[in-house]
Amino acid sequence: MLRRLMANPLAVTGAIIVVVLFFVAVAAPLIAPWDPFDFDAKHVLEAPSRAHLLGTDSLGRDVLSRMIYGARVSLMVGFVAVGISTAIGMALGATAGFFGGIVDAVIMRFVDVMLTFPTVFLILAVIAYLDASIWNIMMVIGLTSWMGVCRLVRAEVMSLRERDFMVAAQALGMRPARIIVRHALPNALAPVFVSAILGVAGAILVESSLSFLGLGVQPPTASWGNILTEGKSTLGVAWWLSVCPGLAILITVLGYNLLGEGLRDVLDPRLKAR
Amino acid sequence: MTTPLLEVENLVTVFQTSEGVVRAVDGVDFRVGAGETVALVGESGCGKSVSALSILRLVQAPAGRIESGRVLLDGVDLAGLPEPEMRKVRGARIAMIFQEPMTSLNPVLTVGFQIAEAVQLHRGLSRAAAWAEAVKMLELVEIPDPAERARAYPHQLSGGMRQRVMIAMALSCGPELLIADEPTTALDVTIQAQILELLDGLRARLGMALLLITHDLGVVAERAERVLVMYAGRVVEEGPVSEVFSDPCHPYTKGLLRSVPRLGRPRSKLDTIEGFVPRLTELPSGCRFRNRCEFAEPQCAVVDPPLGKFGAGRGAACPVRIRDEGRNA
Repeated sequence: MLRRLMANPLAVTGAIIVVVLFFVAVAAPLIAPWDPFDFDAKHVLEAPSRAHLLGTDSLGRDVLSRMIYGARVSLMVGFVAVGISTAIGMALGATAGFFGGIVDAVIMRFVDVMLTFPTVFLILAVIAYLDASIWNIMMVIGLTSWMGVCRLVRAEVMSLRERDFMVAAQALGMRPARIIVRHALPNALAPVFVSAILGVAGAILVESSLSFLGLGVQPPTASWGNILTEGKSTLGVAWWLSVCPGLAILITVLGYNLLGEGLRDVLDPRLKAR
Repeated sequence: MTTPLLEVENLVTVFQTSEGVVRAVDGVDFRVGAGETVALVGESGCGKSVSALSILRLVQAPAGRIESGRVLLDGVDLAGLPEPEMRKVRGARIAMIFQEPMTSLNPVLTVGFQIAEAVQLHRGLSRAAAWAEAVKMLELVEIPDPAERARAYPHQLSGGMRQRVMIAMALSCGPELLIADEPTTALDVTIQAQILELLDGLRARLGMALLLITHDLGVVAERAERVLVMYAGRVVEEGPVSEVFSDPCHPYTKGLLRSVPRLGRPRSKLDTIEGFVPRLTELPSGCRFRNRCEFAEPQCAVVDPPLGKFGAGRGAACPVRIRDEGRNA
């Protein structure tokens, strides 16, 4: 499987981007050249130079350092939000798919209802009532993005249910919960994994847009979205303040999408012929 | 007959389909004595497997359900048991093995784990003890190098091996009745014989009853004591294998036996039964075999014949032949 993934140059590119970002986020305090919160009134809005590789912002903070710390926010939001949405989606999807009938109907109608809300506005509404801490944002993104996983898992479990080993597990007297967790879900993991990786990209985008609108991660904590907001007002004099976070978001989302799609090609047996 | 371990009385299992309600099992009665081997034979779609799944209450809802009838295990009606009690019956008292050893094992778990899981569930053993028991079961089903094989995944084993694993899993909790749904259909002929030999040997050794579902009359002749012949959801003939095979009563059984190819017979076109099995949504009135029957009489279109008893433990759902052949109750 790894060899097939390696044969896909786009997926490899995606994987490299993801791994590098992961490393950057984890090692942020070690590799950031400056303290991201350190004001320096003498070096405000400086263009990229040897001391400040990506220049400084309107408060004299080092943009590269802030970008590096911003990667932590993106990574954490991406993974935690997707963790929440995947957990909810798998639990509800597996329940719906396994039991069918009225249980399935109720869960799937709930999914339909959730899908009718425009996600960003739903999140904005929630954030208006809760304070915009990074934890609340991750929760809200997770709670509003599980429907895709739910449908996916439901379909997988429904088809698995017809397989003999599921009937065999029942014939051995196992409880439904055990059959779902032990026998159904492990067989449905591949597509869930792909959708989770693509979901990370989505969550990062949502967090960035929220922060850009000032409703996400609050300054002084650095996030690519709020660096971009600061850059907006000084675009004429300090292009680096907007371009850097913009590019970072673009590359990150691209990286996760490339990796996700590469994995899908590898894991989906219907595409094996290619 | 030995004391009945399992008694199925007037079992009716229906499926809701787009063409209406289909009675896949339509009033089936039979008994299996403790330690006895009973064969359930019939063509594809005649209700054999559905009967077996109905016994374990595993017919998939909401499309399928058991409409009426009783399934008594040692006198206790399984149809009325609450689901948690039923789970204690499944696997522990009645176990089942399936036709396709390729698909009836979970591809992502080792075979040892799958056997140990059943053991842990019903016998309350610790993980380590259950694993040891799993290895012992693999040894019992004559898998070479069982400790090593227990760590294998299903795709690493051959079809025959996998069926042995299924048998090990089914027997791991010491069931009183094993339902084997076409256990050898998907296997090579040489492996078939081995698996049947193994099943039969283990049945005798462990003293359990075996309900063998098959369409292979050769298997029936070799392994079973009694045979039940099913046609379109009904049992049409039952009795001891030797008697039914040497002296069939129901025209369908006669037809089935005639259509078995035999060595040494002059080579000629193989006998078949004229016509097709009727669709369950379009059953004829009266006897459901009458359209294909050479002995059909006008009354056959009127009366749906019950299983008429005669001789020593024999029965046939054909009053015409019972009368004409002078069989007495």
